[in-house]
Amino acid sequence: MRREEPVGSVAIRVSRFSHYFGAEQTLAELDLDINRNEILGIIGPARSGKSTFLCALNRLNDLVRGSRVEGRIEIDGRNIYDADVDVIELRRKLGTVFATPIPLPRSILENVAFGPRMAGVRDRVRLDEVVRDSLEKAGLWEEVKDRLDTSGLKLSGGQQQRLCLARILALKPEFILLDEPTSGLDPISTMKIEDSLRKLKKDYTIILVTNNTKQAARVADRTAFFLNGGLIEIGPTAGIFTAPADKRTDDYLRGRFG
Amino acid sequence: MRVDPRLSQRIAKTLLWAMTILTVAVLVFIIFFVLRKGLPALDLDFLTRNPVDMGKGGGIFSTIIGTIVLTALAILIATPLGVGTAIYLTEYTWENTVTRVIRFGAECLAGIPSIIFGLFGFILFVTKLGFGWSILSGALTLAFMILPTIIRTSEEAIKSVPAAYRQVSFSLGGTKWQTVTRVVLPSAVPGIVTGIILSVGRSIGETAAVIFTAGSALRIPTSLFSSSRTMSVHFYILAREGISMSRAYGTAAVLVIAILLVNIATYYLMNRFIRRYS
Repeated sequence: MRREEPVGSVAIRVSRFSHYFGAEQTLAELDLDINRNEILGIIGPARSGKSTFLCALNRLNDLVRGSRVEGRIEIDGRNIYDADVDVIELRRKLGTVFATPIPLPRSILENVAFGPRMAGVRDRVRLDEVVRDSLEKAGLWEEVKDRLDTSGLKLSGGQQQRLCLARILALKPEFILLDEPTSGLDPISTMKIEDSLRKLKKDYTIILVTNNTKQAARVADRTAFFLNGGLIEIGPTAGIFTAPADKRTDDYLRGRFG
Repeated sequence: MRVDPRLSQRIAKTLLWAMTILTVAVLVFIIFFVLRKGLPALDLDFLTRNPVDMGKGGGIFSTIIGTIVLTALAILIATPLGVGTAIYLTEYTWENTVTRVIRFGAECLAGIPSIIFGLFGFILFVTKLGFGWSILSGALTLAFMILPTIIRTSEEAIKSVPAAYRQVSFSLGGTKWQTVTRVVLPSAVPGIVTGIILSVGRSIGETAAVIFTAGSALRIPTSLFSSSRTMSVHFYILAREGISMSRAYGTAAVLVIAILLVNIATYYLMNRFIRRYS
């Protein structure tokens, strides 16, 4: 269960963290803190290491052959790469939404109940409760409450993405990681997702990787700029967008590259 | 000289069309031929009575039972082994020398003539292990014979499940086994079933591997250690020994119809399954 931590205290501390796929270095000596109940936006051009960083947090990189790390990522003061860390438990704590909405080929209900079921929840009533609660938080309940038994694949792209959000909320995570969650969505669907995120901030710490710098400007409390696997700068979003400290950030935001 | 692309397109289309027609024609001809020769011998007695006088008279009931039992047992043995191997190869190890050797071995196994399997089964199961000519020896031999097909088709089916599904399952806190059983296998079932149907067809139609291991007794098998005759073996013996050509064709007709029915039934069930999962 979630511990009561003061809002704004450090939730994730990344120190001298590097990541490699085989001989290729994909993240270089990152140092950053992620605060509780903030939305941290991560921007940067393609192949700058944004997604790799997310998958380092939930250790999905482990599934890729040749993945190797150096340094530490501490959550609640514990290095998540320590040998005795339960990766399953960790991934439940960090819910992840991917760029393309990927409903599993099951019903809407079963998609949302998937995580809790894998965690061993069998009680029908409790599952129904969790499903409803999660769909409400993701802003999808009203649209699907009468057809929970239809396939998740039959929803529209925007609805599918909110279904994926509901699916991780059902795990009652502490963190929500989003990897360009609106890259394939229309403006209205995008707006709905962003609205949900603003509401969710109250209960969760959110890390939002986005290709759309304006999205970071709209929803992120702080923004980090990644380039070539390195962290160039991190700070309050307003500051990054109006007076970036590094020339490369400025160049990227002005569209000079990336 | 350059051929006009519109002309080459027309030629290609005609050629491909002709190939398809030829294939279908051969298939239809074989089925038609077998049914025309065999259907006159078919009646309820033929299906429900045991062979009399080495097959000169009576029906083929005991060989139908023999075929069903032998095939079912072979599939029951080979499916868990084959699907398990496929899961291990695709989900539980990285591609390396060992997996390549296993895969290469399975492929070689697929190319071995069935009579060699028969001989192998005879030496190992019938004599060495002392199972005698029996359902058990026959089913084990058939299982080894169809194993490569099941491994191969299951592997392809498992590989074709989108990697994103696995990623989702892991990201939701699934273990590898949960991911395999709840996400990968349900999506791979149609492909796996296709491999099993192919294997059922091969088992039902197999003669060489069975005659050496299950024998050719005409009684209804009473235990795993009874010798038994399958329809294919019965057909072979009837035709080879010239006992009764009309009954041989009758048996062949039953075989063809049985395989057809198995296919239709499985595809029907599979479609229902697919609808449930998508």
